[in-house]
Amino acid sequence: MDKSRIRELARNNIVTIMFVVLCAVCLIFSGYSPSYVAYELFGRLSRNMFIVLSLIIPIVAGMGINFAITTGAMAAQIACLLVLEWGVPGIAGFLVAALLTVPLASLFGWLIGKLYNKMKGQEMIGGLVIGYFANGLYQLLFLFIFDNIIPINNPNLTITGSTGIANTMDLSREGGIASSLDKLWRLPFSQAVLAFAAVIAVILVIGYVKNHEKNSKRLGIQLGILAVAAAVCQTPPVKEVFSMVNVPMITFACVAVLCIFNVVIMRTKLGQQFRAVGQSGTVANASGINVNHVRIIAIVFSTVLAGWGQLIFVQNMGAFQTYGAHGQVGLYAGAAILVGGASVVRATNTQALVGCVLFHLMFILAPAAGKNLFGDAAIGEYFRVFLCYGVIAVALVMHAWSAGAKKKKRAKEEK
Amino acid sequence: MAAEYILEMKNITKKYGENTVLSNVSLKVRPGEIHALLGENGAGKSTLMNVLFGMPVIHATGGYSGEVLIDGEKTVIASPHDAMLKGIGMVHQEFMLLPGFTIAENIKLNREITKPNIMSRIFGSKLESLDMKRMAEDARRALDSVGMSISEYTMVRGLPVGYMQFVEIAREIDKEGVRLLVFDEPTAVLTESEAEQLLKVMKNIAAKGIAIIFITHRLDEVISAADNITILRDGQFVASCAASETDAVRLAEMMIGRSGESGEFSLVTAEPREFSKDTPLALKVSHLSVDMPGEVVKDVSFEVHEGEIFGIGGLAGQGKIGVPNGIMGVYEAEGDVEFMGQKVKLNDARAALSSGMAMVSEDRRGVGLLLDESIEDNIVFNAMQINGDYIKKLLGMSQKDTKAIRKHAEDMIKELDIRCFSPQQHTGTLSGGNQQKVCIARALTMKPKMLFVSEPTRGIDIGAKKLVLETLVRLNREQGMTVVMVSSELMELRSICDNIAIVSEGTVVDVLPVDAPDADFGLAMSGIKPERGGEARE
Repeated sequence: MDKSRIRELARNNIVTIMFVVLCAVCLIFSGYSPSYVAYELFGRLSRNMFIVLSLIIPIVAGMGINFAITTGAMAAQIACLLVLEWGVPGIAGFLVAALLTVPLASLFGWLIGKLYNKMKGQEMIGGLVIGYFANGLYQLLFLFIFDNIIPINNPNLTITGSTGIANTMDLSREGGIASSLDKLWRLPFSQAVLAFAAVIAVILVIGYVKNHEKNSKRLGIQLGILAVAAAVCQTPPVKEVFSMVNVPMITFACVAVLCIFNVVIMRTKLGQQFRAVGQSGTVANASGINVNHVRIIAIVFSTVLAGWGQLIFVQNMGAFQTYGAHGQVGLYAGAAILVGGASVVRATNTQALVGCVLFHLMFILAPAAGKNLFGDAAIGEYFRVFLCYGVIAVALVMHAWSAGAKKKKRAKEEK
Repeated sequence: MAAEYILEMKNITKKYGENTVLSNVSLKVRPGEIHALLGENGAGKSTLMNVLFGMPVIHATGGYSGEVLIDGEKTVIASPHDAMLKGIGMVHQEFMLLPGFTIAENIKLNREITKPNIMSRIFGSKLESLDMKRMAEDARRALDSVGMSISEYTMVRGLPVGYMQFVEIAREIDKEGVRLLVFDEPTAVLTESEAEQLLKVMKNIAAKGIAIIFITHRLDEVISAADNITILRDGQFVASCAASETDAVRLAEMMIGRSGESGEFSLVTAEPREFSKDTPLALKVSHLSVDMPGEVVKDVSFEVHEGEIFGIGGLAGQGKIGVPNGIMGVYEAEGDVEFMGQKVKLNDARAALSSGMAMVSEDRRGVGLLLDESIEDNIVFNAMQINGDYIKKLLGMSQKDTKAIRKHAEDMIKELDIRCFSPQQHTGTLSGGNQQKVCIARALTMKPKMLFVSEPTRGIDIGAKKLVLETLVRLNREQGMTVVMVSSELMELRSICDNIAIVSEGTVVDVLPVDAPDADFGLAMSGIKPERGGEARE
């Protein structure tokens, strides 16, 4: 019995386990120092976690991974362009862009939701194709409509000697919004841990007071673990590893707020409808829930959140490829959440965060490991690209496999 | 309260294209009465209810003619939601419950009690948080009124089916202003004791002034619970009468419209036979355990002689259904099974089928049939796959022998009286009884030496039941096929079996001859081995 339970556990988390192993192997062969890896990792996490978290609501609402968050990223980039054109600098520019993203992304999300309702069960492949299709419209907008029909006066934004928007959008020039969110408040790692531990402790206590069960033992354990973790981070060896990490507090606070939002929304009437629709459209419909409407709302939420996530991403990077930055957003975020152990029908905050860490670890370590193993920088680069797509394929296939395993078993037995 | 009837449906006629499924049907229900709606499968009961609930399928196919009056006022019910607002509720036959929600959440689904929070003040009432405590209190009240003591915080996933039925009822009762409840085959999935409790609950509800339309196949329940009865047959209104003025036999006659048959209880009779010790064994099962959810088999041993009809009975959820599923490799099993002296490899459905056993599953829509395939393909599917029948070689490649398949399917359709347009009709569009017949046809096409039939008459009407049971007896008597029949209905087992094993709590309590006294069967079902040849003593 015990053995089968372990096997079951392993099978359910096969993707995550495989990635932990791969990351460990790569860490050994990469030759990177832990402090460098930590530095790289935190940089990547701060810019990417938000987007990955935006995938959760559609999964709960039964629509799988919303690959069409690409359009949310496009909305964010349009907002970015306008903010640069208007020359609103710094955090003000960032907030204006965030505000602008909302109506744009909502419109895109609404259209996509409409389309998804016409193709129930095929949302994921549909989302991918929408991403490619939208890219065409996006190019039309940036190559022709902007600068030709809608005049762009900032010379840095347009292609010199021709029309259309330049290939690279540089946010770090004067009047740009590069790092506007990140640099608001930075703390060294050990202090950041203390700050976040304090916040989490407060949340746990509030949760305890509000819960009707009043499980004080569990609260004690949770607080204890939190205290130990915070204390460990203050010890010199741990401090040493994270010595290069300078945590952008506000960015991570945004991520934390989104995590809380994902939990809180599920406890509202709307969240209950997401969950009901996700479990069974028929039952939800029979109880009078407007299933199509709920599905559209879920996609609008996801698209807007993804747009904000893309803004966080570009302000962190300081520049982005006008015609390419949005391209892989859906695929990478989808792969990351899958790596964390989510499936196309179930996803939690923890899975999104764990997946994000593992996916980016792999991204950092794999090229160096490849280079050290095969002694060629080109092979290292090849490894990076290969692993990118390999990761997605493996995660998707493995999830399809483990989800279909039970079903297949039954079908086989019938024959 | 002005109107005498809470619901009147007058001269309802509904056509699907050329096909008239309801013609001039009327139904009148008083407040606080239990009104039974009787009819064979396909008699038009479901269509009538679809009209009552304003289901999209009705409006999408051209609506209906006739009048619906609620409280004496003429109304048109546009949608299921509309029906809900008018105080009409439905207890579904297939459970409309969400497995990942607690009982309380299911009961309050889309009628959640909420309280405002910061988000809702800005973005509107949809974002109000759920008041779980008050929802749980409401759910508790509703559960108490159906006599269920289970915690309202329990997840619906993993609940026994009987409980789910009561949760469904609790949900309908919890709705404010509900005046008419439709129970669609509520007892079909319940054990006898649960069914009794359900009838009690129904009477309680009715006593509060809520009218109930009770759709069922079980005539004895109708007689004991209903006040009035309306009978439909082939889309026609047959009769409406008070329950006190009729009896089960007469109802059965009116339902199937063939006189001269004496009701449900003696549909088919076959003389039981005795098998001497030296009759060769067809099946020897020792210490079988099966891991089937809801039907766990712990330690089952029994023997079946060649040419026997062997019954396996017992209460629902005690493990009887797990036995054939374990032997046929549908669910994981351990133990020793010998068939015709040969050991059977367990957990391998192919091996079990090749050895000459076949099974008609109780889960005909899930395991039994490929619903999107035609009748003929379903019938020959196993035989093609396992035995390589109905295959011809063409240029070195295996091809379906369409002609032979068509002929065989037509024979089977005739022999088993499968009601369909053509052998190419998809099985998903057939009624339950006809699907069951297709399952049997498929099992027979395997030319098995032994046939397992699991709950062969569950959810099908009397006519189909009779035919199924007759077919089993004929196969046994004429072709000498050994039959192992698992059924919840003891009467059915006793009417055609030679010996009956009673399973309780995952083990065989006793194997009884058919003519053993009722008390023995009763004791065995409750897990007490009766003493042979006399009264059971304490």
